[in-house]
Amino acid sequence: MTKRSTCAYCGVGCGIEIQVGPEGVTGVQGDTGHPANYGRLCSKGSSLDHTLTLEGRLLHPQINGLRADWPQAIDHVARELQRIIQQHGPDAVAFYVSGQLLTEDYYVANKLMKGFIGSANIDTNSRLCMSSAVAAYKRAFGEDCVPAAYEDLELADLIVLTGSNTAWCHPILFQRIKAAKQQRPGMKVVVIDPRRTATCEIADLHLAIRPGADIALFNGLLQFLAQHDAVDKDYLQQHCEGFNAALHQAREETPDVAAAATRCDLVPADVAQFYQWFAETPRTVTCFSQGINQSSQGTDKGNAIINCHLATGRVGKPGASPFSLTGQPNAMGGREVGGLANQLAAHRDFNAEDLTQVGTFWNAPNLARKPGLKAVDLFAAVGSGQVKAVWIMGTNPVVSLPNAGEVAHALRQAELVVVSDCIATTDTSQYAHVLLPAAGWGEKDGTVTNSERCISRQRAALKPSGEARQDWQILTDVARAMGYADDFSYHCAADVFREHAALTALNRAGPRQLDLGDLAHISDREYDDLPPRQWPLINGSSQTRLYADGRFSFPDRRARLLPVQCQGVKNAVNVDWPLSLNTGRIRDQWHTMTRTALAPPLNAHKPEPFVEVHPVTAARFGLSDQRLARIRSPWGQAIMKVNVTDAMRRGELFVPMHWNDQWARGARIGELVNPVVDPVSGQPESKHTPCRIEPWLPQWTAIILSRHNLPLPACDYAAKIRGARFYRYELASGETLPAFTGSHDLPAFLQQLAGAEAPPPLLYQDQDRRSYRGAWLDDYGLQSCIYLGSGWDPTVTQADRHWLASLFEAGTLDPIQRKALLSGLSPAGVEDCGRTICACFGVGENSIRKCINDLQLTDAAEVGKHVKAGTNCGSCLPEIDAILAQK
Amino acid sequence: MTYSDKPRLVFVGNGMAGTRTLEELLALAPDRYDISVIGEESCGNYNRILLSPVLAGEKTIEHIMLNDDDWYQQHRIHFYKGERAVQIDRVRRQVITASGRQIRYDRLVLATGSRPSRIPVPGRDLKNVLTFRDINDVNTMLALSRSKRHATVIGGGLLGLEAANGLRKQGMAVTVVHTADFLLNRQLDATAARLLQHTLEQSGIQFMLNAATARIEGTAEGEVRQLVCSDGRTLKTDMVVMATGVSPNIELADSAGLRCDRGILVNDVLQTFDPAIYAVGECIQHRGQVFGLVAPTYQQARVCANQLAERGFARYIQTPAATQLKITGIHAFSAGQFQEAGSHQVIRFVDQQEGLYKKLVLDGNQLVGAVLYGDTQDGAWFFDLIQQRTNIAPVRDQLIFGKDFCHWPQPASSALPVAA
Repeated sequence: MTKRSTCAYCGVGCGIEIQVGPEGVTGVQGDTGHPANYGRLCSKGSSLDHTLTLEGRLLHPQINGLRADWPQAIDHVARELQRIIQQHGPDAVAFYVSGQLLTEDYYVANKLMKGFIGSANIDTNSRLCMSSAVAAYKRAFGEDCVPAAYEDLELADLIVLTGSNTAWCHPILFQRIKAAKQQRPGMKVVVIDPRRTATCEIADLHLAIRPGADIALFNGLLQFLAQHDAVDKDYLQQHCEGFNAALHQAREETPDVAAAATRCDLVPADVAQFYQWFAETPRTVTCFSQGINQSSQGTDKGNAIINCHLATGRVGKPGASPFSLTGQPNAMGGREVGGLANQLAAHRDFNAEDLTQVGTFWNAPNLARKPGLKAVDLFAAVGSGQVKAVWIMGTNPVVSLPNAGEVAHALRQAELVVVSDCIATTDTSQYAHVLLPAAGWGEKDGTVTNSERCISRQRAALKPSGEARQDWQILTDVARAMGYADDFSYHCAADVFREHAALTALNRAGPRQLDLGDLAHISDREYDDLPPRQWPLINGSSQTRLYADGRFSFPDRRARLLPVQCQGVKNAVNVDWPLSLNTGRIRDQWHTMTRTALAPPLNAHKPEPFVEVHPVTAARFGLSDQRLARIRSPWGQAIMKVNVTDAMRRGELFVPMHWNDQWARGARIGELVNPVVDPVSGQPESKHTPCRIEPWLPQWTAIILSRHNLPLPACDYAAKIRGARFYRYELASGETLPAFTGSHDLPAFLQQLAGAEAPPPLLYQDQDRRSYRGAWLDDYGLQSCIYLGSGWDPTVTQADRHWLASLFEAGTLDPIQRKALLSGLSPAGVEDCGRTICACFGVGENSIRKCINDLQLTDAAEVGKHVKAGTNCGSCLPEIDAILAQK
Repeated sequence: MTYSDKPRLVFVGNGMAGTRTLEELLALAPDRYDISVIGEESCGNYNRILLSPVLAGEKTIEHIMLNDDDWYQQHRIHFYKGERAVQIDRVRRQVITASGRQIRYDRLVLATGSRPSRIPVPGRDLKNVLTFRDINDVNTMLALSRSKRHATVIGGGLLGLEAANGLRKQGMAVTVVHTADFLLNRQLDATAARLLQHTLEQSGIQFMLNAATARIEGTAEGEVRQLVCSDGRTLKTDMVVMATGVSPNIELADSAGLRCDRGILVNDVLQTFDPAIYAVGECIQHRGQVFGLVAPTYQQARVCANQLAERGFARYIQTPAATQLKITGIHAFSAGQFQEAGSHQVIRFVDQQEGLYKKLVLDGNQLVGAVLYGDTQDGAWFFDLIQQRTNIAPVRDQLIFGKDFCHWPQPASSALPVAA
């Protein structure tokens, strides 16, 4: 059986076919009929079936660490929320939700908080991802609307990828662009990114811009367009406001190409080339993502880009639009239902008219009247005690928020922390008073909206594991337990969806674009069969692009250009903190790795947390490639493997955002990130934090490979890598080992480190080199092995991890594998010399036979001359004669 | 039998040292001498080392014969089989045998070997108290094993363990009585020895360690009945094999006035204090050292033959010896200074499940000693590294895993031995 669904990861929203057999899911492949991917899948999507494991799943509700049943858990959450609301008011509770939630989940959460609890304290991790884009679109178009569609990437003659490592973060869109460029080599691609990322593979021009300087670059472009008469004056006149002010500001800041180049630390000729191409190419799409959004000026950056598109009339036209690429599978769905604290619902705000309409639609007894706390402020409020209860759904803020150490601190103080998740142990769940098991991908049923406004079904291929439930069900039950049963009467996801669609239909009377009215009355069957559709959905038609007619969502239907000024990063580098820390995604991990780290194929690309640094910067700070370094910022510190690469700009560091305390030690980069946010969107400046770096020398390093999932040892540096049938642990510690002085039971220490039941039966010790190795084997083969050495011991760093990994698939080790095991090196090329014949010289039967055959020998004396066998005591001469006789 | 005008060369002793010297000489100078061999045993020469497999029933006497009577004839060697040399008349240059035969020599090679030492305890001459040296001993033991049940071996050295193993294989209940607290205490360290003991115990052999034999008690008929240790422990037994070391056979040389100490004193070309007389093998003492292993014996044979062939450029230099235990299925090896001391550094490897143990002793960047148990495949290679004084620093971390895992980095010059 095949179930069609949608991928769990990025905002591309690829269609997936899940193959289900009697034993469960047997595989996944791209859905050839889905308009996002037409059958293609990236590495993460292709490995989704590997994540469908019970390993690490949260299977039962828990209250204060004890297993509970669902009625108890629901009752507990409802009563505690009510108690806190009664004592401290509705603003003392908050929901922190996720772009991983389905639209239906999101809708119920938003309705419960804003309509019934009576606070707008519901924010989402999309705050960290695209809230700047939302704000920019709203300021420019009057509504949070992405005007473009994926097919514009194929129709464009110029694609500008700014602040987007599309190749890794939106791999299928990258493949579509690459394919289009191959078909039409005239198509140009400009990549604007401080790093020379994998995306630059298809770039005709890479502008390695100074972090935070994007507004200067696009202001320079606006000025250039005006100067070179490349603006669409008719379009501006008919459809836009604010061009002159915007241009004036741009001219002030960047009067010419040279000024822009200086501000951006770029070569003027490159900047001129970019401007020239932009000016002369009507079909231009500018894709922007976290490099623009995650900034103290993310909203202004978005508007700087949109200004250039409005000035040239390139909005909502085939192959021409400003195009925000969203990070999460349902960031867009969350925006539609109003899952951000500064939205009400269905693209409505907190004005009197919107409040009345939505309040009436919901029959809301306690409608929130003002925006709530945005993510960073929300957790600050938890920390200050202003917010007493927080319910976190499907996200991991202790890893992902800036100044993450403070988030952990805040949660420790909260009166009530509820966590709904599909994973039992995360950095966040350890602070939960109540754990609620949520259905995971493959079990969830509902809809998501991708970056091009395309609504797709996520369909369940499996029953929820253990006692896990859909998030909307959990929320509905809590709402009912709080006394709102009549208004939360949903029996299935379709019930929720129909209500959401009906609410958006209220927009039909005005200029707003969001309208799913066509779907407000679909049957359960139609919902189940719903094909991917782009909103708005009015009168049976779907709309590929928005604002093609130049009529925008403001009441006057005119778009706005905004004067924006480049202020650079908030916390500039200085003498004490001389480097700029950038964070981002890598190709094969997703967010906080709760699922992707379960898939062995995804752990091979970048197995350990790392920091990328330019060779000159590395030399300046004494760093060596593949050694460890300590990064410090005023907010925290981390230890990472150094990756020296000239893909970085000098003076800048790049660290992946993914690693956390479940898969590593000392690698939670969120701890270092400055809690600086965009004043408009509230999105954190995760792309820049002032920091410093120094080499970090361990007292000892070790690797462990084990068949078993071990608790991560408490080392300064540790990384845990799940392989096909094993886990690998890379460890380094700054503490001296007692064993180094010989005053220590070393086998017992190795036993403890490797989580074994007995000291290692295979043991290697070179006390003077402080080199220790051990292995445990049983009837099924290798259980675990450990290699430990002092400082940067080459036997640890050079141990052949691939070969050792392969032994876990080998079953019982053959004699050569066993002999090689503690050497840590593959015995490739080493031949089994066979049963020992000549004990004096250690000559094996195979060696003797080979010698006899190769050299056509006929007597034992000749054999002795060549391999020495039999030339000492002669005991083996009869056996050598016997071998000769056989021949 | 006619005498030619070639110089006459006489060998006293037809064991492994004498025979090897003879073979080396024939390879160098087949017609140089008119050669005579006096052999006490009533057969041609055989590989004494392989008496253990014969006792264990793994080989027969035929398997271990080196040269038969035809061989002596082919090489026109006068072979006095079963004759014992009793006197050397250095004035007349002749050897006199027990039967009164006088055999003239121009050059004489003494290869009289050694004999087992019997410990001086009461009862050592009782019936069925044996030693383990030659074919006769093996035949006696094999005969007894068919009628008797309990055997005791005094001495947990190489020969004692091989005897114990052989007797066990012949179906006897065997106990090894050993004075030290671990077996092969001159060849292995305690760890290896305990693994060996464990393996042998698994096969059925029992051990009494730290046990000094006080006396052997017999029956009224004068047959062995039990063994009593100095700490009072007793052991019922039908047979005792003493494997407590050997003494060089020096009487013939000593009575001829040749300088002897523990063995017959020789210089670096294996010459005794009489320039016409050479000596090789277990009967000699060279630079204070006596010998019990085959490897130095063969080196001596080569030097002696070189001298007899009047090439005259070889000289015997003692090298550290490696030892191997010859019990089927058991692999034990040691070489060099395997008991670490002072500034030595040690690398150890154990595989408890497979019963493997390796220990390498380093002095600076040189390997100076090795003990291997269970997997001795790399023993010869380690022995080479010890002798060549190779700088092992570049491969130290892989050294114990053997030759296949050690690759000296280029340039090759750094791989050259630091001293030859």
